[in-house]
Amino acid sequence: MSISDKPIYDQTMAELSKGLAAGDFSSVELTMALLDRIEEKDGALNAVLTVTRDEALAAAAAADAARASGDAGPLAGLPILHKDIFCTRGVRTSCGSKMLDNFIPPYDATVVERLAAAGAVMLGKTNMDEFAMGSSNETSFYGDVMNPWDLERSPGGSSGGSSASVAARFAPVATGTDTGGSIRQPAALTGTVGIKPTYGRVSRYGMIAFASSLDQAGVIARSVEDAALVLGAMAGFDERDSTSIDQPVPDYVAELDTPLDGVRVGIVRQHFDAGLDAGTGDQVRAALKTLEDRGATLVDVDLPNLDQSVPTYYVVAPAECSSNLSRFDGIRFGYRAENPEDLLDLYCRTRGEGFGAEVKRRILTGTYVLSAGYYDAYYLKAQQVRQLIADDFRKVFADVDVIAGPTAPTPAFKLGEKTDDPVTMYLNDIYTIGANLAGLPAMSVPCGFAEDLPVGLHLVAPHFAEGALMAVGHQYQLETDWHTRCSEDYR
Amino acid sequence: MSRWEVVIGLEIHAQLATQSKIFSGASTAYGAEPNTQACLVDLGYPGVLPVLNEEVVRMACKFGLAIGAEITPRSVFARKNYFYPDLPKGYQISQYELPIVANGELTIDSDDGERKRIGVTRAHLEEDAGKSVHEGFDQMSGIDLNRAGTPLLEIVSEPDLRSAKDAVAYMRKIHTLVRYLGICDGNMQEGSFRCDANVSVRPQGQDEFGTRAEIKNLNSFRFVERAINFEVERQVDLLEDGGEVVQETRLYDSARDETRSMRSKEEANDYRYFPDPDLLPVEIAEDYIEAVRQTLPELPDAKQARLQESLGVKAEDAAILTIQRELADFFEAAAEASSAPAQTVANWVLGELSGALNRDGLDISGSRVSAEALALLVDRIHDNTISGKIAKDVFEAMWAGEGSADEIIEARGLKQITDTGAIEAIVDKVIAANPGQADEYRAGKEKLIGFFVGQVMKETGGKANPGQVNQLLKKKLSG
Amino acid sequence: MSLDKDQVQHIAMLARLKVADEDIAEACDKLSRIVDFVDQLSQADTSGVVPMAHPLDQTQRLRPDAVTEANDRDNVQQNAAHVADGMYLVPKVIE
Repeated sequence: MSISDKPIYDQTMAELSKGLAAGDFSSVELTMALLDRIEEKDGALNAVLTVTRDEALAAAAAADAARASGDAGPLAGLPILHKDIFCTRGVRTSCGSKMLDNFIPPYDATVVERLAAAGAVMLGKTNMDEFAMGSSNETSFYGDVMNPWDLERSPGGSSGGSSASVAARFAPVATGTDTGGSIRQPAALTGTVGIKPTYGRVSRYGMIAFASSLDQAGVIARSVEDAALVLGAMAGFDERDSTSIDQPVPDYVAELDTPLDGVRVGIVRQHFDAGLDAGTGDQVRAALKTLEDRGATLVDVDLPNLDQSVPTYYVVAPAECSSNLSRFDGIRFGYRAENPEDLLDLYCRTRGEGFGAEVKRRILTGTYVLSAGYYDAYYLKAQQVRQLIADDFRKVFADVDVIAGPTAPTPAFKLGEKTDDPVTMYLNDIYTIGANLAGLPAMSVPCGFAEDLPVGLHLVAPHFAEGALMAVGHQYQLETDWHTRCSEDYR
Repeated sequence: MSRWEVVIGLEIHAQLATQSKIFSGASTAYGAEPNTQACLVDLGYPGVLPVLNEEVVRMACKFGLAIGAEITPRSVFARKNYFYPDLPKGYQISQYELPIVANGELTIDSDDGERKRIGVTRAHLEEDAGKSVHEGFDQMSGIDLNRAGTPLLEIVSEPDLRSAKDAVAYMRKIHTLVRYLGICDGNMQEGSFRCDANVSVRPQGQDEFGTRAEIKNLNSFRFVERAINFEVERQVDLLEDGGEVVQETRLYDSARDETRSMRSKEEANDYRYFPDPDLLPVEIAEDYIEAVRQTLPELPDAKQARLQESLGVKAEDAAILTIQRELADFFEAAAEASSAPAQTVANWVLGELSGALNRDGLDISGSRVSAEALALLVDRIHDNTISGKIAKDVFEAMWAGEGSADEIIEARGLKQITDTGAIEAIVDKVIAANPGQADEYRAGKEKLIGFFVGQVMKETGGKANPGQVNQLLKKKLSG
Repeated sequence: MSLDKDQVQHIAMLARLKVADEDIAEACDKLSRIVDFVDQLSQADTSGVVPMAHPLDQTQRLRPDAVTEANDRDNVQQNAAHVADGMYLVPKVIE
């Protein structure tokens, strides 16, 4: 592909990398162009919470210098946005919450540190659902994020600021986190690529915890190739995270060339049941056909406990979150209520005022399911069902290489549409949650449009098979151009 | 005998003697400026994660093996959730359903003179909390989190203890053991070794336990005994007046010598324990356990038996010598270096040496006289170079740093006079100076021999051998 | 299963969350809906199933016992609202 005619902001990382190497533009120029674009266009989207202009330009200049002296890292001078859940030294990290509106971490998350070490240039921090709890980006203390494809619609959540930013060409890649679908669903709703790797693949150190046994960092990009490039730089063992996996990271970019011939793709019938929007279903079926045409074999598979995945998640995740968020007490960091009457008042008001409604709801749910008399019926039961769900996947992966289906039941929904009933919102995650419960790598790839809104194809692979997973996505993108489509207003 | 039986179980918290904390690389050293040893993990900062210190696992295994317990092949860390300002994360990482050590036991010499087996239900690893400082901040409390994250081994006994004295004997036994194993410095003033006591009473002969009260944070043996005695009396009075014991947490106030209810903790506790998702199961393999077993030192009970049986030390002395491993080591080194009987060496270690240590507030490790130096002194008594009485003066001089026993004996001319001629001359002189007493002696008042020995010893500055003097006097006086 | 006001207040106290009186009705309603929803777990047959706490069957890695963290108090305490003499301050703790 020629570097040529595409505007600089519309180029993928792989393309930008070639441009930098060829000297077509410098990282400072690139960075400046994107910073200006964010400034100009984000007013309508509210996708970026903090723009780190000075730091970005300094990092870009350093990357240009490194390139000139011949010791540039793999991502030297390439721009990236970080979800505001990753701690950044000296840069406010809010997690979308009033609770951390004034929080300046004294350290960098491993993800941030590794990408910086590879030469990437952080442009800023993206908006998100408060503490990553939400599927629409409507729970952020800093307001809703709008979908670049339709400003009245949600960009998905919780990594909605990241997905909207990448769709709006603010940066080729943004980091995200995914506890129940928080990378993949926003990617599907904005026509971007979103990958959540195997649990333990990317360090959780410095990523503000929501549900520790489910949280995993990943990437939102426009091409699978970019996702592979960036994931390769951020993945790998970290001794500061006990759940990090000590396994070498393969060359994901090299694996992209693996052809689809002979790849066995599992199709779950229930994924196409009544709950699925018809237009979405059509696009996904067409995508499956494309995979088949490129040499893949489609195989029917069964996940008998699929229906239990959302209830299981909504016990396990709130339970862990209720405990993880206990540290926000106004004493050592974060929001602190004014003039507390006594210690109890300090706790209750700090937390009552600092957390938003959805976060409080999940803390209460989690407290309830762990409390005396309910632990066995809810928490322990959910852990057992979680095992059943993981077993279902184990059995299926004995037979197929990936599972394919829709990422979300509908395209982007209207802001405010699902905020009345938490359960309706939770059901948006029905296809994505299983991968978190089982710790599997999964991604969403753009596969068409339904009523002019993007639709995502969801792919799930066995543990540590993100290379094979991305190869399927990349091969699909070689055949299609959905991922290059851009909303009119952001061309 | 009282109609009430006392039932006590202890939860001992032993701070493990590691360099760094249980889940972070911050120092555990005592006494630093507030919050200078509390890193991001200890502070519960957003995003940071715990990683387990390998040494705490080893130490817990050592303890488990020393009490004949099972080492759990797969133990699990859990979160105990509650809010308190000295608990930064809002939960304490502890072990709940699967502790690292289970089902051990040890024996104590009970109050009633019998040896008694005390079960140890479990010992689990957990992190300590920080400290609240209530003075000096007006209407506020200051929070120092230096201690937060310090590793603790919580050792939980069965409710096998039947008196305050038994409880203290058990606690001392554990105290001795953890120091032998080198897993805890046992410093109770600094809070490195403390306990909670669960106390209840029931009518003699009743099977069910009475309602218990938990007395928190007892940090001396004396307080354990007094707090339990107070609590037992309180409960018995309550029951005998027709009242009921309430299950609650109580605090021992040493100034008033009483326990009182902790109102602030009265709210029903619901700790919502669940497995900590940030930590994985701790797997301990058989060969690891065997390797740890190889590193176990001789344990107090075995050492005590050996001192008695192989070295012939009296039982009560062997018991005292083995309370502290360093003291036992000192004794053994001295006994080994000396040609005198071990019991003689024991007398000196437990007599003069311990006296001097106490007087100067020193530990055995700070002794100003080494084991070898003490052995030499004992040898000089044993080979009749000096008398036991002179030896005490020599010891004091050694303690004051004046040199070795031989140097002091030489410098001060304390060597016993063995030259019979010289002693004879003094004996003659003393008899000549006391003709009256000499006559009385000869007339049958044989008790006066003591007077003459004393006079001769005085003349010689204590350097004559009293036995030899005695013999000579008898010969001369009757001659 | 629906939760009543007292239950919600009890849970809120355990979680140290102030729920304003005017919000309590809505909290009851939404929590009850969530609890109703997750109640379907009871339909799953889990007899003999080992609870799953972690997605991967890994065991805990151990860290060498070494001091690696230096004092960074003054920097770290800049995030705290109320500090004096190096201590974090809270309303007086009564024991």
